[in-house]
Amino acid sequence: MSSSSEVDTGMVLALADDALVASHRLSEWIARAPSIEEDVALANIALDLLGQARLLYALIGDEDELAYRRPAGAFRNAVMLERPNGDFGATIARLLLLAAHQHALYSSLAAADGDLGAIAAKAVKEVSYHRDHARAWTVRLGDGTEESHRRMQDGLDAEWAVWGELAPTQEAVDWATAVITQATLRVPGPVLAVERQEHTADLDELLSTMREVTAVHPGATW
Amino acid sequence: MSTPVADELRRRIEQVADPELPVVTIADLGILREITEHDGVLQVTITPTYAGCPAMDAIRADIAAAVSPHEVVVHTVLAPAWSTDDITETGRQRLAEHGVAPPAPVRGGPVDLTLGTRPVTPRCPHCGSGETREASPFSSTACKALYVCASCWEPFDYFKPL
Repeated sequence: MSSSSEVDTGMVLALADDALVASHRLSEWIARAPSIEEDVALANIALDLLGQARLLYALIGDEDELAYRRPAGAFRNAVMLERPNGDFGATIARLLLLAAHQHALYSSLAAADGDLGAIAAKAVKEVSYHRDHARAWTVRLGDGTEESHRRMQDGLDAEWAVWGELAPTQEAVDWATAVITQATLRVPGPVLAVERQEHTADLDELLSTMREVTAVHPGATW
Repeated sequence: MSTPVADELRRRIEQVADPELPVVTIADLGILREITEHDGVLQVTITPTYAGCPAMDAIRADIAAAVSPHEVVVHTVLAPAWSTDDITETGRQRLAEHGVAPPAPVRGGPVDLTLGTRPVTPRCPHCGSGETREASPFSSTACKALYVCASCWEPFDYFKPL
């Protein structure tokens, strides 16, 4: 990796933290998803996000230092991504909005020279599959039974209300709107751009779980 | 540099098997980008299939073991991003022979001249039937999707285009 002098460290850190935190929440679905295929799918998506986070961390510093030893207050992830899992519909809505945002962002970054451009070019191909997966579930559940429709709409309403924190581009909003319409769901309203919010105790809980092994065995390798 | 020793080492590196798909070599998968020599030390360049590919450390160790006791430095590059189009014809055949349907091309090649038909699905690597369906776009490793054959009912992995 080349020097980090030419990259916007804060922006890369936010991208990496978003990916790491989202990855952890998705990994919590393993053995809890509606089917074993979905366990595997969400685990695969989590692994892709973890890989992207590692490459981004390595671009600006030491990945273990940044992931395992940084105080929660220094994390730059959007708060919507640290919130605990609830209904499967909410997870799919969150993935839909995250993947729409990442796809648009990585597509534009992929044109840049250097290491960040190379990471983005790789990430956008992986995120395309995440986006397809979230779209397929959104349509299946939205255009499904009365119950699946209601739960998908509830999840979408909750995630959409905080999506502005990721500052999605118009392209991402348009893509998500088209999927929501196809899924016979209601588009909740305009996306309001907001500053990244203060972290909550949810991030402390997430990090302490993620850091359990390194806390007990500092510096362990395997 | 082409000496009998250098050629032998090069051959050994090219023969390193992928840790997750041991029926194909890293050369056939397109993970192996370049082998050069600098000041008498072998320099090998590899690239990951997926960003989160957990096999990269194992591949580095396997390359070192393949040329031991000779020294080797393994570099990792990301650009240009790996594509399933980088898999060689031999690699595709080996995958199919071992029950993994090879990926459809991502770029290049002629356009499909049949309009209005169902999307093309991979052939079943067990019975050869074209009647297959996707069970999940994600499977046992990051690079594969899970399919089921509608003729012989066997599930199989499909190396998904990337």
